[in-house]
Amino acid sequence: MALSIPYLLTIITFLPLAGAAIVTLVPGDGAKKWLALATTLVTFLVSLLLWTNWQDGYAGMQFVEDVVWFAPLGIRYALGVDGVSLFLVLLTTFLMPIAVFYSVLYVEHRVGAYMALMLLLETAMIGVFVALDLVLFFVFFEASLIPMYFLIGEWGGKNRVYAAVKFFLYTFAGSALMVVAILIVYFSTGTFDILALQKAQMPLAVQTWAFLAFSLAFAVKTPLFPFHTWLPDAHVQAPTAGSIILAGVLLKMGTYGFLRLAMPVFPQAAEQFGPLLATLAVIGILYGALVALMQKDIKSLVAYSSVAHLGYVMLGIVAMNAQGVSGSILQMVNHGLSTGALFLMVGLLYERRHTRMLDEFGGLWASVPVYTGLFLVVAMSSAGLPGLNGFVGEFTIMLGAYNYMPIFAVLAAAGVILAAWYLLTAFRKMAQGEITNPANDREHLKDLNGKELAMVIPLVILFFVIGLFPNLFFDKINPSVEAMLETRAAILQQATAEQTPAFELAEIIATEAQ
Amino acid sequence: MFDLVWLLFAFPALGALIILFAGRWMSQKVVGWIASLAVVGSFVVSVLLWLGLLALPAEERSVTVHWWDWITIADFHAPAAVLIDPLSVVMAMVVTGVGALIHIYSIGYMDHEPRYQRYFFYLNFFILAMLTLVMSNNFLGMFVGWEGVGLASFLLIGFWFDKRDDLYGWYADCGKKAFIVNRVGDFGMILAMILVWSTLGTVVFTELNEAAHHLAPATATLICLLLLLGATGKSAQIPLYVWLPDAMAGPTPVSALIHAATMVTAGVYMIIRTNALWHLTVDAGLVTAWIGMLTALLAASIAIVQTDLKKILAYSTVSQLGFMIAAAGLAAYGAALFHLVTHAFFKALLFLAAGSVMHATHGVLDINRLGGLREKMPTTYRTFLVGAAALAGIPLLSGFFSKDAILVVELQKNLALYLVGVVTALLTAIYSFRAVFVTFHGQPRDQHLYDPVHESGPIMTVPLWILAALSIVGGVINLPFVLTLEHWLEPVIGEHEKIPLVLELLGITISIVVAVLGVLTARALYLTQEGWAKQLAQSFAILRRPAENKWWVDEIYDFLIVRPLKGLADWFAGFFDPKVIDGAVNGVGAALNDAGEAVRKLQNGAIPAYALSILVGVVAVLFYFLFFVG
Repeated sequence: MALSIPYLLTIITFLPLAGAAIVTLVPGDGAKKWLALATTLVTFLVSLLLWTNWQDGYAGMQFVEDVVWFAPLGIRYALGVDGVSLFLVLLTTFLMPIAVFYSVLYVEHRVGAYMALMLLLETAMIGVFVALDLVLFFVFFEASLIPMYFLIGEWGGKNRVYAAVKFFLYTFAGSALMVVAILIVYFSTGTFDILALQKAQMPLAVQTWAFLAFSLAFAVKTPLFPFHTWLPDAHVQAPTAGSIILAGVLLKMGTYGFLRLAMPVFPQAAEQFGPLLATLAVIGILYGALVALMQKDIKSLVAYSSVAHLGYVMLGIVAMNAQGVSGSILQMVNHGLSTGALFLMVGLLYERRHTRMLDEFGGLWASVPVYTGLFLVVAMSSAGLPGLNGFVGEFTIMLGAYNYMPIFAVLAAAGVILAAWYLLTAFRKMAQGEITNPANDREHLKDLNGKELAMVIPLVILFFVIGLFPNLFFDKINPSVEAMLETRAAILQQATAEQTPAFELAEIIATEAQ
Repeated sequence: MFDLVWLLFAFPALGALIILFAGRWMSQKVVGWIASLAVVGSFVVSVLLWLGLLALPAEERSVTVHWWDWITIADFHAPAAVLIDPLSVVMAMVVTGVGALIHIYSIGYMDHEPRYQRYFFYLNFFILAMLTLVMSNNFLGMFVGWEGVGLASFLLIGFWFDKRDDLYGWYADCGKKAFIVNRVGDFGMILAMILVWSTLGTVVFTELNEAAHHLAPATATLICLLLLLGATGKSAQIPLYVWLPDAMAGPTPVSALIHAATMVTAGVYMIIRTNALWHLTVDAGLVTAWIGMLTALLAASIAIVQTDLKKILAYSTVSQLGFMIAAAGLAAYGAALFHLVTHAFFKALLFLAAGSVMHATHGVLDINRLGGLREKMPTTYRTFLVGAAALAGIPLLSGFFSKDAILVVELQKNLALYLVGVVTALLTAIYSFRAVFVTFHGQPRDQHLYDPVHESGPIMTVPLWILAALSIVGGVINLPFVLTLEHWLEPVIGEHEKIPLVLELLGITISIVVAVLGVLTARALYLTQEGWAKQLAQSFAILRRPAENKWWVDEIYDFLIVRPLKGLADWFAGFFDPKVIDGAVNGVGAALNDAGEAVRKLQNGAIPAYALSILVGVVAVLFYFLFFVG
């Protein structure tokens, strides 16, 4: 790989951390703000090198770094990106400047700590997507919890402490299970190398337990029905930038975990539990949409719509075929952009009106047409209007789901109807009808200004780019996905051929421990 | 020359973009003409494409222009490409031709509209989406246009989003209803596309036609029924037609363009486009034909008792679309497209003439308050009369030939369908002329309303004259026995079935009798009010109430579908989610907390301290592993 730039991934991952350190040192809120923004922008620009120097058609890991970290246990500092993770890294580095710029405009409370936490969060998130070692992955995965906990708990709404603790304890309980799973895997195979694990053979019992433990951890994070109730609480209380990042990136750590670890490392167990996961995913699609329909707080509505959207992502992953998985990866990006944009739009309205209740609005199309027009584009992107980004992901996922089990595609397609229903209901209450509250009229409500447009427009442009030219993304995603599926198929075939004897979990751990 | 097809799209796209970004500094006239000229430009391009096809031998009249690979994952391909063939070119000419006239008419009609930029932006966007629908060479590309026109329709029905009245309620709700009901149809479309690809391995129409014969008949039936669901949404058929009457809340030119002439015919177009699939299944076709004819009859029965001129026309559109859908179901694709084209002319004409009335009466279209308008609005009257006559199937007008073409096919293939068709045709003639007589003849019913009425200006009447001319002579594109259109379409739909001369003549005779009888009945009922006519009306009184209430279909849907779903959602959101699921989560948390009471001394109540101690714990464990183990 001649195109590789040394330490590029390390640089991208830790640039924000370095920025965070400097932010805490410089005096003055203004300086802290702009320094934080500059850090995220530089990180984004540097991360674009991944795109420009990408080796097209290569399925394996690129920009690999691999250093022994702790030899006795074989723990390595191993980083790399492939088609599965590339766009999640770019999604992170792309959304961060927007979230930080929003905070530059609207956050005044303890700016230094806030910005440092945001940057810390970025490092942790990128780390999750580039880590190739299970321990490293876990460290980043956990590290992301702490800044988000403080962001909600300190800069959140009225009920922020409850939401923050719930967020923390719930996901942390999931993480505890993940520790167990990692130990099971390590004692069974003797390695933390994620790529090696994808090719490893494990007894079915080990697979089953480890898969369940990983799945629970990731299901909470995603969140998969019925583990989703922390999400509306966290979103409603989180500051806007926190919501953008939470929905935009953090939730993808769950689906990414399924895709990178749970599904390919434990193929037999994954096959057994596939229908169960798909069922939960489809329930999430329909249930999330129906609950969203009834919400009065726009943020809560968007939070439940996330449950529905991530149901699609999960469904594509469980399908474990090319269309499903590639579609899911793109849909992770789509959801990050669309839902991030929805939270951004809701935030911009909240800054003006200090309320998010749908009943408080009405007729905004007459008073703030630019805002409303953009809101509609964002809503349509979220509703999967063809020509915009969401459709490409949803449709390819449904293709994959059909070829997995047709009934799931049928139910997922029904979710498309409900998505239009709840989004247009929100739009109807917010933007259409008469202006009943004077606070919403032209004199009192200002339309978006240049700075605010600078945050929204890049997202909207990407909706169209992905919607019209998704192959810019699939060209890079597909080879890695196909390679992963081939490896998995080979392992499954081998496993059935050999009829791996199913050891009891306790036995294995006992023998390994000696 | 076919490479120039990008211009077809570029004109309305450019028009829309100019209006979006620069429209705020332009007057209503300038914006209107930019939008109109964009569509005129597209019309010129589509005529050039047609001439280009004419220059080719019949078997080569299928040109694909590939732009880029849109979606590719493993063996799934969907290109961004257009198919120029006899069918798509006819559709493009109708869309841009009728579209251009309606754009120009709108300059006059919307002259007092403060949000004119939005209006013309939406209109140009609609043309762009509609062209995408009819020109795409594959299912997915068509679906982009399919939902794109749905969005345009939503935006334009709810154009006056802050307005409400007794007839429509909130206009915005009508738009929302249209979009959501159409999404029910799109559910069928999505599954049909998935099934097509999964069974045939392609979504490209030309490849589909070649591969279709591999399909098992049962699969083909399933696919076609799913497509039919899509068609019932977009083309307003049973069970999904309920959005179209409400769609009349939009500005009248929009009703003419989108909800009469073009968008609502998308379902018919789609069936013709996928005819290779429909050839494999008789069942789906028969279901389609019955849905079409029952819709035609039901809608006609409602149209005859409506009192709002636009609603009469709306139900009439539903009814006429039923004829087209039925023809498509009976594999009479040529007849279906023929009626689609002539209907685009005369129904756009009727709507625009109704719009001219509305413009003059400041929005009043209640026929019980109109009357005698022919004195004051001679052009509007004459052109409306032409449209109504074409709709009623008066001999030698365009609608006569096209409707007769469908009826004859029904006569040949299924006598029961034909009887429904004849009854519907009779009702059609009656309600068309009821609209004419009550609106334009007799004495003014509301003198206050009548007095200031004046004829519209030339920017509105010239499009009326052009459409009137087309409604009169439009039949020449496919006269009986000559069948120009059907021969033109042969590369797409194959050779048409020959109809015996006797049947053809019998059909024409009955059609003439029915049309004349209908007009005379309307005259007796609504103009001369003779005794026997009143008696006739009274003997049907038992049907009047259900028809006036639109057979309570909206209410039934509300009761059977909307309310239960909302109730379920309400229960989920109000009880199940917070109490059961979240209750369980918090319950577990509380239980752990109680257990924690035992180690109370370690608790100091500060949550960040907990978080910190967890962090410290994690780090400590890691350090232990890293530095002290092994």
